[in-house]
Amino acid sequence: MPTAALPTKIEVQNLNVFYRAEKKAETQALKDVALEIRDREVLALIGPSGCGKSTFLRVLNRMNDTVPGARVEGRVLLEGEDVLAKGYDVVGLRRRVGMVFQRPQPFPKSIFDNVAFGVRAHGLTDKNEIVRRVESALGRAALWDEVKDRLEASALSLSGGQAQRLCIARALAVEPEVLLMDEPTSALDPIATARLEELIHELRADLTIVIVTHSMQQAARVSQRTGFFYMGNLIEVGPTKQMFTRPRENKTEDYISGRFG
Amino acid sequence: MRPSRHTSNEFELELREIRGQLVAMGARCERAVQLAIAAFLDRDEAKVAEVVAIDEKVNQDEIELDEMAVRVLALRQPVAYDLRFIASTLKFVTDLERIADEAVNIAERVETLKKAAEVPPVFDIPKMGRLAQKMLREALDAFVEGDEERARKVLTADDEVDALYSETLRAVLTWMSAHPNDIPAAMCVASASKYLERIADHATNLAEHVIYLEKGDDVRHRRSPQ
Repeated sequence: MPTAALPTKIEVQNLNVFYRAEKKAETQALKDVALEIRDREVLALIGPSGCGKSTFLRVLNRMNDTVPGARVEGRVLLEGEDVLAKGYDVVGLRRRVGMVFQRPQPFPKSIFDNVAFGVRAHGLTDKNEIVRRVESALGRAALWDEVKDRLEASALSLSGGQAQRLCIARALAVEPEVLLMDEPTSALDPIATARLEELIHELRADLTIVIVTHSMQQAARVSQRTGFFYMGNLIEVGPTKQMFTRPRENKTEDYISGRFG
Repeated sequence: MRPSRHTSNEFELELREIRGQLVAMGARCERAVQLAIAAFLDRDEAKVAEVVAIDEKVNQDEIELDEMAVRVLALRQPVAYDLRFIASTLKFVTDLERIADEAVNIAERVETLKKAAEVPPVFDIPKMGRLAQKMLREALDAFVEGDEERARKVLTADDEVDALYSETLRAVLTWMSAHPNDIPAAMCVASASKYLERIADHATNLAEHVIYLEKGDDVRHRRSPQ
């Protein structure tokens, strides 16, 4: 696997994340996590619910900023620059590091306007350029053929799988370098899941992808490397092939083979 | 390292059932080889029939275990140790089934031997038989105990069986030239030694599967050419 030769895209150092619910003691969601994400690799993050994998994902484009009581320590270097630093351009960060969520959430707007939303929000006004971006994003998200004749139709008319690809198109339209995906297929049927996995494979040509998934099989199908989180700790990260057949840590083995709790 | 119990009880039971039947199939193969060698050396037709009967049961084991393993693959999508266990099971049953076939081959030589005017000497067949049986027993014990070290020892034992096979073949050829009328009987001895050599090879394969199962380490075709 040629992943070893890939340059580092994001380097996470000593990452600690704390949450404080109202009037309760602070709980630590991530403990001293260090992880390197390589350019144009698909990195899968697995682990039981509440292990910190989604928290980790959200730190990468500072989505935790919006969570009350959340506190983040450590460094997240995107091409060497610490995105957690004070004064870092968060809007610019979210253009470079896009995100796709568990449940597709199309806006109650037309298909076209959904995809154009981010582009416009980032200040692009040139109509021709917006059209080009929308068409290109829908093409890359493998949705173009299905919607090209009804771009003005409501995005709410799309099926679950189509809506998720629309959300990916929306994220792609601003031409990010990194795409974060939080269980992007958990609400999809097997066919839509297969299409989305195929799409991830294609997107890898020019994107770095970090995907949180509950399915070891999905991690095995789409990723080059896999990280296993447990109770806020990154237990093990390595080539997916190895994690799948012979993980180094007993905890990983127990989790992926269904021997937990 | 063999992991602890599964969260899914049914999956746990399926894996245990496979393990149990694999062990039983292995024990049947050991018995078949032991009886085949005895049948050959004593020219005992009753034992030949017993070997044939065991082989039929082993064939059935192969079909049943394949089916159980494929079912687990389809329904459970096993990973890590479980995946290696199922993958090894599919290979294990093939080698075990071949071992039982070779035992039948040995036993079937008895018919020809009985017709011979002069029975040829058996040369190193008893020794080869003991070694092949020991390799088989060690490989199966290594599987049962999850003992990778024990499995590695089986790999080295194979060279000795190969050497004995070459010697036996040479000795049989020499005997043939002095007894041109009993070449069919001499051929039986040559064949039996070949079958034992093959049983040792299959035992080696079993040991390799055990190493893969326990360590995730594929040691096939790694030894230097002889």
